[in-house]
Amino acid sequence: MKSRDTATLRAMSLRPDLDVVAAMVPRGSRVLDLGCGDGALLDHLIHQKGCDGTGVEISDEGFHACVARGVPVMVADIDRGLADVEDGAFDVVILSQTLQATHRPALVLQEMMRVGRVGIVSFPNFGHWRLRWSLAAKGRMPVSRSLPYRWYDTPNIHLCTIRDFESLMGAEDLTTIRRVLLDAKGSPASGVTLRRPNLLGAGAVYLVGRDRS
Amino acid sequence: MLESGATLGPVEVAYETYGTLNADKSNAIYVCHALTGDAHAAGHHGDPARRGWWDTMIGPGKPVDTDRFFVICSNLLGGCQGTTGPGSVDPATGRGYGLGFPLYTVRDLVSVHRALVAHFGITRLAGAIGGSLGGMQVLQWVIDQPNEMAAAVVVASSSRLSAQNIAFSAVAREAIMRDPDFQNGDYYDTGRAPDTGLTIARMMAHITYLSEASMREKFGRRLQHGEEPRFAFDVDFQVESYLQHQGESFLKRFDANTYLYMTRVMDYFDAFADPVAAGANLEKSDTRFLLISFDSDWRFDTEHSREIVRHLQSWRVPVTFREIESPWGHDSFLLEIPEYDRTVAAFLERTATDLGI
Repeated sequence: MKSRDTATLRAMSLRPDLDVVAAMVPRGSRVLDLGCGDGALLDHLIHQKGCDGTGVEISDEGFHACVARGVPVMVADIDRGLADVEDGAFDVVILSQTLQATHRPALVLQEMMRVGRVGIVSFPNFGHWRLRWSLAAKGRMPVSRSLPYRWYDTPNIHLCTIRDFESLMGAEDLTTIRRVLLDAKGSPASGVTLRRPNLLGAGAVYLVGRDRS
Repeated sequence: MLESGATLGPVEVAYETYGTLNADKSNAIYVCHALTGDAHAAGHHGDPARRGWWDTMIGPGKPVDTDRFFVICSNLLGGCQGTTGPGSVDPATGRGYGLGFPLYTVRDLVSVHRALVAHFGITRLAGAIGGSLGGMQVLQWVIDQPNEMAAAVVVASSSRLSAQNIAFSAVAREAIMRDPDFQNGDYYDTGRAPDTGLTIARMMAHITYLSEASMREKFGRRLQHGEEPRFAFDVDFQVESYLQHQGESFLKRFDANTYLYMTRVMDYFDAFADPVAAGANLEKSDTRFLLISFDSDWRFDTEHSREIVRHLQSWRVPVTFREIESPWGHDSFLLEIPEYDRTVAAFLERTATDLGI
């Protein structure tokens, strides 16, 4: 039963925000993970939730980490669109902590909804009070647990707030099916955060659908 | 019995193996060769000058690691390096088959591979790997037998040739068939062979295997003799000399009829011609694919691989795909390119781990 033990370990070691994403993915779905990194989320979805999963990754390290795990992965630059993928080829398309690192977030969202029925988007909230405080009080670009980079070495070139993201969704005719706010550790937030999401949420995960109206 | 309905037999198959077949016969990898390859894929049989055509890929500690895997490579049906082909003696006439050899398909090539696999008592392969025409065989194999291997590696290949690809094939065949020594393919006992045609075919094909950038780097406009151009029609530029050498050395190891048949096999190949039938099988498949293309390959450019990826993904087949940077064109698949080797090695290592070998 060695393989099952390994699988359990895999499930236990999933990052809290990835757990939130994984919980939104229906069992047995066809999943495309854009910016899949080392493939940890897909590994979990394939082995724990019976999904068919493929990752898209631009970095060599990420690609090789996926191959080593046995997670199917394609090397592509999602900023250039998903030429390899047919319309509606996937049930769920995931953008986990990826959108803020893309050059063309609106195009990436469009591509996500073209190739998938629903999308899951998670990102750090730049409206969080600690970040606002850092900028307002210290006059420095904020560095935090969810945004650990300095301004000159960060891959995050399109940071946004929860309010910004929701306004982009509106402009792209996308609707929120479900939203989970995250605390600083990436776990689901509770209490007062739910009342002031843009100020108190460290991040958010959205289950996104197409606006049918 | 061939796909066309014609029959052929008995068929002799030349093959080599590397590594050791394990007790439960679960560690075999089949290597499918390309247009002009042969069974001698790796090692050198004591003569370091005669290394196998994929010696960079196959061997102890190499990406197809013979310390772990048992590797089989056979000369293709219709070949001229030991396996029955148009140059073999037709038992019905006692003479070489020539153009009397039946036309065959990629599916037929795979049927012969499968017979050899069965001969070893192997019921399921750890994997199969091939570049170009070799990749076509791997793809066809999984489409027809979706549960016969754990891993399929398809490099610089295509699910069907483009008009441009077929055009190059056509000119190569014309060069051979219009050679006065071709004698309608019946040249074996005449002391003459369409050497001129075969040389021209090989020279032209060789251009398509390289990229413009690699030719520029390798030859530029450099002259073969001295600094001054000779203003004559014989070989003057280095690239001319290179092509001539390629063409002539090819004659020593290749048969013109085999060249005709193999290029025709590629022309007619269309893996997803019947997408519903292919899909019905692929849906049941438990094979994981690795597809690799090279950015400077214009013979089977990355779009050929993308098309395969799209087809496989639409039937939920797990596909890992990557375009590798390399200046060497289609030939890249035969060369040692660190990122390419690393990718194949990692994919097969994972396969070995999953299979417990």
